[in-house]
Amino acid sequence: MKRIALLGMPNTGKSTFFNRLTGAVARVGNWPGITVDLLTAKLLMGGDMVEVVDLPGIYNLHGYSEDELVVRHFLEKNPINLLVIVANATQLDRQLALVLQLKDLGLPMVLLLNMVDEAKRLGIQIEQHKLEHALGIPVATLSAKHGIGFPWARQLIERNLNDTLATAAAFSAFASDDALEARLEELVRDTVHVPVTLSETITSRLDRLLLHPLLGLPLFFLAMYLMFQAIYTIGTPMQNAVEWLLGLLKQDAVAPLLAHASPVISSFLLEGIYNGVGTVLSFLPIIVLFFLFMGIVEDSGYLSRAAFLVDAFMSRLGLDGRSFVMQLMGFGCNVPALMGTRVMRSRGLRLLTMLIIPFSLCSARLQVFIFLTTAVFSPRTAPFVLFSLYCMSFFASFLTALLYRRRLTNDEPLLLELPPYRFPTWRQMVMRSWHEAKGFVREAGGFILLGVVLVWFLTNIPFSAAPASAHTLAGRLATFMAPAFHPIGINDLMSIALLFGFVAKEVVIGALAVIYGTNEGALSGIIATHLNWIEAYSFMLFVLIYTPCLSAIAVLRQESKSWRFTALAVAWPLFLAWTVSFVFYQAATALIGA
Amino acid sequence: MTLEQLATGQCARIAQVEGDEPLRTRMFALGLRNGREVAVIRRARLGGPLQIRVGSTDLIVRRREARMITLIEPAA
Repeated sequence: MKRIALLGMPNTGKSTFFNRLTGAVARVGNWPGITVDLLTAKLLMGGDMVEVVDLPGIYNLHGYSEDELVVRHFLEKNPINLLVIVANATQLDRQLALVLQLKDLGLPMVLLLNMVDEAKRLGIQIEQHKLEHALGIPVATLSAKHGIGFPWARQLIERNLNDTLATAAAFSAFASDDALEARLEELVRDTVHVPVTLSETITSRLDRLLLHPLLGLPLFFLAMYLMFQAIYTIGTPMQNAVEWLLGLLKQDAVAPLLAHASPVISSFLLEGIYNGVGTVLSFLPIIVLFFLFMGIVEDSGYLSRAAFLVDAFMSRLGLDGRSFVMQLMGFGCNVPALMGTRVMRSRGLRLLTMLIIPFSLCSARLQVFIFLTTAVFSPRTAPFVLFSLYCMSFFASFLTALLYRRRLTNDEPLLLELPPYRFPTWRQMVMRSWHEAKGFVREAGGFILLGVVLVWFLTNIPFSAAPASAHTLAGRLATFMAPAFHPIGINDLMSIALLFGFVAKEVVIGALAVIYGTNEGALSGIIATHLNWIEAYSFMLFVLIYTPCLSAIAVLRQESKSWRFTALAVAWPLFLAWTVSFVFYQAATALIGA
Repeated sequence: MTLEQLATGQCARIAQVEGDEPLRTRMFALGLRNGREVAVIRRARLGGPLQIRVGSTDLIVRRREARMITLIEPAA
């Protein structure tokens, strides 16, 4: 099998070209010497099976950023038959620098000039034959998005597909940037002609409105609000529908099948395995929708504008505007927001963002809080209580950012490109969502299932005891942990519910009903008599801040690929939750008691 | 004069790019190199970043990084 690697700078439409070339057959592959996921696809080209690898977008080959190292390691460890370089035809004045650097590697290569439609609109003229001659490599022009010139580009690749595999020459032999600069200047002068003044584009006109000193921020929040509403007003009913269908299936199809099995086996299969699979599946609609809409925001070029608008504040926290967008989206559900941090290429920045997203008060937690506030507080005070929890959510995340910004340093300066506004392509967005959903099931699914089964064991062993009662392992764990929970006003029964909340926060209420041996309807009365408002608020503070749910942890691990970071992301919120609840509970009881 | 001090809407030629090696190579790759013409399009409020244009590329640069780019004074 032959192998092609696709390489280019960020914002060149490389992934669009990859999708057009390979169709929907791409999958995530593992490569020697590389820890990040690379999209790979196999296809038939000129009678040969060819494997195409989409390398991360890089600015140069010096190896200062993580992505640059990934590309270097890949090219050193994995021989290829052809390197396909994708460059943005509107930015050849700087993108040819990468081509010149790559030429020194001695690999067989072709150059594709993408986005020729945009270049033509800007009046940029490229002398293709001169460029081919000067570089000594074949060149084709195309628009991968609209498919113009694509057949020729494909033919060019096919014709230049070498029979022998080649590995990159030593990376240390690079010419210095100064020498490169002289070559670049000459090359650009001879082959690319840019009009002296670029015509006033739609982009500059849109920017004048969207980045307006006064209107920019309100418009940003409006856009975020609309996007949030779009994802979750469509997504949450879909999520409920999935859960309802799974419940129906469980009740009418799976449970009767297990009617003759022993109660223990049947409970294990239904409450353990089946519910675990259900938890994984119920996230899929929201993940797909999130990436559809995120795709619009990202591909349209607005995400970098958001970075511009809120950077003044976020940079003080060691974060950037994209972190803020993900944090806001986390108020619907933390899981897709954590996955969305992948747009940030600096690892420190990404990890710091992933550390603060779980503090966003997600819709699952909101259900718990609405239930408890209406049970314990008067209708007049309940909204204020809820509002204070939202404030607490921001406080916890900003505090965390301030405390950890030195340790998870953002090593890359904010040098973001502001690409022209573009219409996103449906095909691209749908494929991205599909990949993300598949990745979630494969990478996080097993972990979530394992966690649900573990909690089932804790709350059901020994089988002689009533599930979730004080005699089960969970009950004994609660008794054991009592010295930690009593100072924050949480009794043993409530702390068993917290264990359930670890699986998914929305389960807390159902779990409380089981634990108190009642149904959800009668629960609020029982809660109101068992808990005073200080205990209830302390419990809510704890639920807000403590360990993100199991699915969030699974995704934290999936995205960070580090158990150490995952452990930190679990332990720190747990510690913070306990401290906040402790301070509140002790202060409130002392003040009220006095 | 540095890029940070360049008035909004004005353009000037880059005299020198300072900073450590990774930062300079990154700026180089984005087109910020000696002799290139750069314009400040707008500034974010409250000490936020600058939007600059070099060639046909628009970039966001924080003020800290903009101070590392010195300019040749534009002829009045």
